[in-house]
Amino acid sequence: MIPFDFEYLPAHTTAEAVAYYVSRAKAGQSPLYCGGATEVVTLGRIGQLETGAVIDIRHIPSAQVLTQRHDQVVAGAGVTLTQIADSVLIAETFPLLAASAREIADRTARNQITLGGNICGQIFYREAVLPLLVCESAVRLAGPNGLRELPMDRVFDQTLRLQPGEFLVQTATDTVLAGAPWVYVKRRKMGSVGYPVVSAAAIRVDRDIRVAVSGVYPFPVRALDLEQALNRRELPLSRRIEAAVSTIRADLVLDDVEAARGYRLFVLRDVLREIVESLDA
Amino acid sequence: MQPVTLTVNGWVRTVVVRGSETLLDVLREQMGLTGAKPGCENGDCGACTVLVDGVPQKACLLLAAMAADCRVTTVEGLPRTQLQAAFIRCNAFQCGYCTPGFLVNAHALLACVAHPSERQTQEWLESNICRCTSYEEICEAVRTAADARDNGVAGEDEMPG
Repeated sequence: MIPFDFEYLPAHTTAEAVAYYVSRAKAGQSPLYCGGATEVVTLGRIGQLETGAVIDIRHIPSAQVLTQRHDQVVAGAGVTLTQIADSVLIAETFPLLAASAREIADRTARNQITLGGNICGQIFYREAVLPLLVCESAVRLAGPNGLRELPMDRVFDQTLRLQPGEFLVQTATDTVLAGAPWVYVKRRKMGSVGYPVVSAAAIRVDRDIRVAVSGVYPFPVRALDLEQALNRRELPLSRRIEAAVSTIRADLVLDDVEAARGYRLFVLRDVLREIVESLDA
Repeated sequence: MQPVTLTVNGWVRTVVVRGSETLLDVLREQMGLTGAKPGCENGDCGACTVLVDGVPQKACLLLAAMAADCRVTTVEGLPRTQLQAAFIRCNAFQCGYCTPGFLVNAHALLACVAHPSERQTQEWLESNICRCTSYEEICEAVRTAADARDNGVAGEDEMPG
């Protein structure tokens, strides 16, 4: 049971959602936007989240889009991870996104968790972000100042840096990058459901590999210095991997009950090896 | 508090809920439908699985207000099915606490895929945990129910609502 109450407000347009936010913020209710609301329930139960109003954005038509338009693959923030993982369109145009979505939580949970909820959630891993980072996707945001579109690398720094009252409506990814050679690796402590020790999404653009990782730091990241080291083709593979891992800030690496710091770095080496062997071929 | 109209197992009923109440709490405490079980209440175990518009959802993670105007099916809405008969025939349970969640999820799987592969069955059913570890028997029950449907054995009800 959630030990506090809140207003549940389903919004049907971006303007309605923003209006709900503005009025409830003014009333001191600390409103939150939600997709599937799984974190509202799980974190609310244990006192890590509190709000007086939850604004459901799933019914906004533009947040329900899953399409290819003008050389971009467009995914709405209200689309569930199952819809992405099962979509024929996404399998054909952005298979890396489908692969990352398919590995998050379990299927029944994915029936509820939305793309936007995963990207904007509080859980460390937020693995749906990884394909968007390596493909330099754009995010379309709605807020009190209207709509804006920004490249992911300008607005994502550990979290999606939203302005007060703003929410994610869509992501848009260039079809060439979305269709680039890819590999997705997720290593768990055990089983096929659950949080990662390390997850990584990688693509090859021309001869260079791009990598974004989750489970290393307490946030998803595309590390350009790691990529640079990994792409030093003049070096033997083992030295490329060591050079890449040496760019990791050890003091920031997660060290918790899921996996110790040293183990995460050990697994990261293995993941990077798999990526290079797959994409260098 | 807000009134919410829920359609559960074909019955339309208006209940008054708090915004923060989960569908699981409302089903059990206001509607007397105790088939969906509270297990972890954290979205991990799947004992509370119900169908919302035919899609399996964990009722402990779903706000009741989010199910307004949707068709909700609990295990009580799936009586006398080939799947239940197969669970009995295959001894696909021991304590039975997880069984409603498995039945609901497997019912949706069979409604969605005529002949689920082993991989599909695993992908769907790994959302549910059986602490008595009857997994092999549960998968066998799903195969048995699919075969029974192929062979025209009577008993499988249509998806209600």
